[in-house]
Amino acid sequence: MTIELILFIIFSAIAAVSSILMITRSNPVISALFLILNFASLAGLYLLLNAQFIAVAQVIVYAGAIMVLFLFVIMLLKPEREKLFAAHPRVKTFALIIAVLVFIQLVYMIFLSDPSSSLNPVAAESVKAGTIEQIGRELYTNYVLPFEAAGFLLLAATIGALVLAKKKFD
Amino acid sequence: MIIPIEYYLILSAFMFIVGVTGVLIRRNAIIVFMSIELMLNSANLTLVAFSSYMGNSVGQLFVFFVMTVAAAEAAVGLAVIIAMFRNKMTMNIDEINILKW
Repeated sequence: MTIELILFIIFSAIAAVSSILMITRSNPVISALFLILNFASLAGLYLLLNAQFIAVAQVIVYAGAIMVLFLFVIMLLKPEREKLFAAHPRVKTFALIIAVLVFIQLVYMIFLSDPSSSLNPVAAESVKAGTIEQIGRELYTNYVLPFEAAGFLLLAATIGALVLAKKKFD
Repeated sequence: MIIPIEYYLILSAFMFIVGVTGVLIRRNAIIVFMSIELMLNSANLTLVAFSSYMGNSVGQLFVFFVMTVAAAEAAVGLAVIIAMFRNKMTMNIDEINILKW
């Protein structure tokens, strides 16, 4: 047991358990807090994968900005408790059966394709790929058009959110 | 790099399935949105795992773009939920069915 494996087990256990708790809590505020815990443990996993920039962006953008927006809206609207597994019991059984089937299928496909046999990871290259220098260089040379498109998408989303949440149109 | 990449892929598949189950069994619109965020994050985990194991940073660029789209989607989706709540005073997606034929 190396420290890497121990950290992986801790972070992945937190991520798995908090995701299940997120969908089973009846209070939406507690759900949002468990989702933040899930995002934080994912940031730890990204650090284990040598992706420093993505780990920091995960904490700042996801656990910070997006989840604060969610919590604002939950607090703004009436956080009503819903009765879990009360309405539509047949739909829920069906959903659980589908989920288990798809999970078995995905795990089967992962082991069938056997990705680790064709990959030979080099730790130095992996560290270099995750640095902000390498990502910035790619982003501003080969991927500058998608980057501009992403900026335009954010502008459109801002205007769209303002228009949608406005009370009445003049 | 001693952890096999399958471990990360199985964790990602598990989180995606939990997100799908959340969308199917929950009726609160905000929790449905949070389940969608969970699914986006599980896809991100797969992208970062492959990017790191191949020593290629393009996968992490895609994660950056996915984060942008998730932020835009959350802003617009929450604005739609607020507009719906103003009209119907509910967040239950069974009662918000004006587009249903």
